[in-house]
Amino acid sequence: MTFLIRQTLIYAVPLMIVALAGVFAERSGIINLALEGIMIFGAFIGVVFVNMIQEAGVFDGAKADSNWAALQGFAMLAMLAAAASGALFSLLLSFASVNLRADQTIGGTALNLMAPALVLFFIRIIANQNVLNMAGGDAPSWFMLRKSYFGYGRTDSMGFFGEAFINQTYPATYVCILLFIVLSVILYQTRFGLRLRSCGENPQAADSLGINVYKMRYAGTTISGALAGMGGFVYALTTANCSANGDVAGFGFLALAVMIFGNWKPLNIAGAALLFGLFKCIAASYTSIDINGDGIFMLKELGISSHLYRMLPYVITLVVLAFTSKKSHAPKAEGIPYDKGQR
Amino acid sequence: MKEKWSALMEKEGAKTVVASLLSILIGLLMGCIIVLIVGLTNPALGAGSVWDGIRLVLGGILSTGRDAVGKLTFGFNPTNVGNMLFRATPLILTGLSVAVAFKTGLFNIGAPGQYLMGTAATLIVALSIPTASVPAPIVWLLAFLAGILAGAAWGAIPGMVKALLNINEVLACIMTNWIAANLVTWVFADSIWCNMEENGKTGYIYKTAHNGVETAKWGLDAVFPGSQVNWGIIIAIVLAVVVYVFITKTTIGYELVSCGSNRHAARYAGINDKRNIVLSMAIAGGLSGAAASLYYLSGNTEFFWSTYQSLPAVGFNGIPVALLAASNPVAIIFTGCFMSMLNISGQQLTNLTGYNEYITDVIIAAIVYLSAFSLVIKMLLTGRKKRKTAASGLDSRPAQDGRTEKGGEGA
Repeated sequence: MTFLIRQTLIYAVPLMIVALAGVFAERSGIINLALEGIMIFGAFIGVVFVNMIQEAGVFDGAKADSNWAALQGFAMLAMLAAAASGALFSLLLSFASVNLRADQTIGGTALNLMAPALVLFFIRIIANQNVLNMAGGDAPSWFMLRKSYFGYGRTDSMGFFGEAFINQTYPATYVCILLFIVLSVILYQTRFGLRLRSCGENPQAADSLGINVYKMRYAGTTISGALAGMGGFVYALTTANCSANGDVAGFGFLALAVMIFGNWKPLNIAGAALLFGLFKCIAASYTSIDINGDGIFMLKELGISSHLYRMLPYVITLVVLAFTSKKSHAPKAEGIPYDKGQR
Repeated sequence: MKEKWSALMEKEGAKTVVASLLSILIGLLMGCIIVLIVGLTNPALGAGSVWDGIRLVLGGILSTGRDAVGKLTFGFNPTNVGNMLFRATPLILTGLSVAVAFKTGLFNIGAPGQYLMGTAATLIVALSIPTASVPAPIVWLLAFLAGILAGAAWGAIPGMVKALLNINEVLACIMTNWIAANLVTWVFADSIWCNMEENGKTGYIYKTAHNGVETAKWGLDAVFPGSQVNWGIIIAIVLAVVVYVFITKTTIGYELVSCGSNRHAARYAGINDKRNIVLSMAIAGGLSGAAASLYYLSGNTEFFWSTYQSLPAVGFNGIPVALLAASNPVAIIFTGCFMSMLNISGQQLTNLTGYNEYITDVIIAAIVYLSAFSLVIKMLLTGRKKRKTAASGLDSRPAQDGRTEKGGEGA
């Protein structure tokens, strides 16, 4: 059970934060189809950053002393680098869709094609293979929390709570959850959030009230890019052993599905992300999940292919779309370039 | 001469061509700049490799390898040209697929999923019907049709949810893409079609040649020795012409295009817009399925079945092919060949220099990015023309006109 909770969180949190990235862009009126591409780019820059700092030996001392606080600081820095790169990369999308009023779907598709190509080109040149790993060690030994850090012995148990939420987890996960809450509050409880959302619903009205629609759309897309870049790195850190290979296995698109399933609302998105994360987790390790601890792997006994679990999120999203399309709360002005002359 | 030129530039088609050429030019330039920067900053590659890299990015199709002293040589290389035509086959068809949907005002980002379903259906039919009892050409034909039907069925799903439930077809396509990726992996996992004979190839399905089913080469192997080209390219070209005639000369084609121009006006004129949206997506899906069929029926291509984590690039590359051609089916033949030429250049780059093939994917992505605002490029072309006439004093209020036109295009 503790294993299930831990694993589900690992899959759910990148989905959650990237889906929120999608919300920020769409609420400001820009369809961000490039989430997948931005994730790939952010993951790459984050891993490159980790690599470079490791080569420079800055945190070698902290690693030797098992100074977990310093190592977590290192992880946060890498997340910041990934977020910054994601924000920069997303400027390509906002420039095309805000200033040049280009087709946002095509622009997003271009970024989705661009990111893996650029990333693989550089990875091949840096590493001479198709995957860029950490310069030394592995992600768990550097960035994972362990019982031993808190004075527990190898055989001691930290209790249910400790085992599920502290032992063998990545604090990056909790940073993302915190960020998710803070940003959701900003989106709904602040003046900035209200203005941003108004640009996605009725930009003409927003403009007539003195809100700069272009600026708001830039802000929405840039926040979106930063979150997606960070989500990409967190995904690489927690599920791919802090390596980059120009691929996030469709997580960006799955996040898009989470966003739609969650009806563009943060609380629903958190729920949807947990559900989809659970499916991902079951698909990845259903043969070894022992839910109630009786030593029988129930899901394995059921004999359902893991591909069904992988497919379910997409099928569910399509079905949900079909049933709720009439009362969908998609931002009304998303995807429509704003033109001042149209008022 | 100058007047003729400007009269030509007035035409919408000419502007489209210029905009596409500009996109290609800027894309290639960007590729060269990346090669330059990487070459100069990476000591392992060195400045000397930059010139080689740039020449291969621009003219890789003509590369004939390196001579005895290690210098790059160029000339007509029939193997490269043949391979270019072979790889252009699926690109032309996925390009057509995206274009047909564009004509009806739909963005078919679902081509990868339709391509995968086409692949699965083709391979299953081609490998399951024993050629001992059924003649191979008939199996070939059945497999080809199965691919088209599977693609069409898969394409019809987003079409139906769009037409009946008004769900954005882009989202529906993304979902069906990943459903297809998992479905295909599921079908092939541990199946009888997995290649178990050759060692170390557990991830692949048998080539269709395993069952004696191959696309005929009929002389093309003599023209392009050593390449994979076959009559698939001819079929693709014929299909492109058929689609052109269908779109421009038939009633149904006209209905599709009018739905794309203005769905509500089309309905008002008595056109069944819902049926046409489903039909358009089904045709688009069928073309993507045909792309997969022709690629895998060549007999010597292998399908990596464990595809649930990634979608085939050929499907996505249909988007730039269609965009560059401005959705003109005949122009797609050429843009498809151009894309596969880039592909060959990338391969040469990997084989002959320290750079790698992904640079050409960067170029393709840059071209897609630029075609996203080809409208703006076209507008700039118009604007420059207007400024020129203003300077000669023919029109006193060109700037005003330019702005109103801009506003109209934005709608």
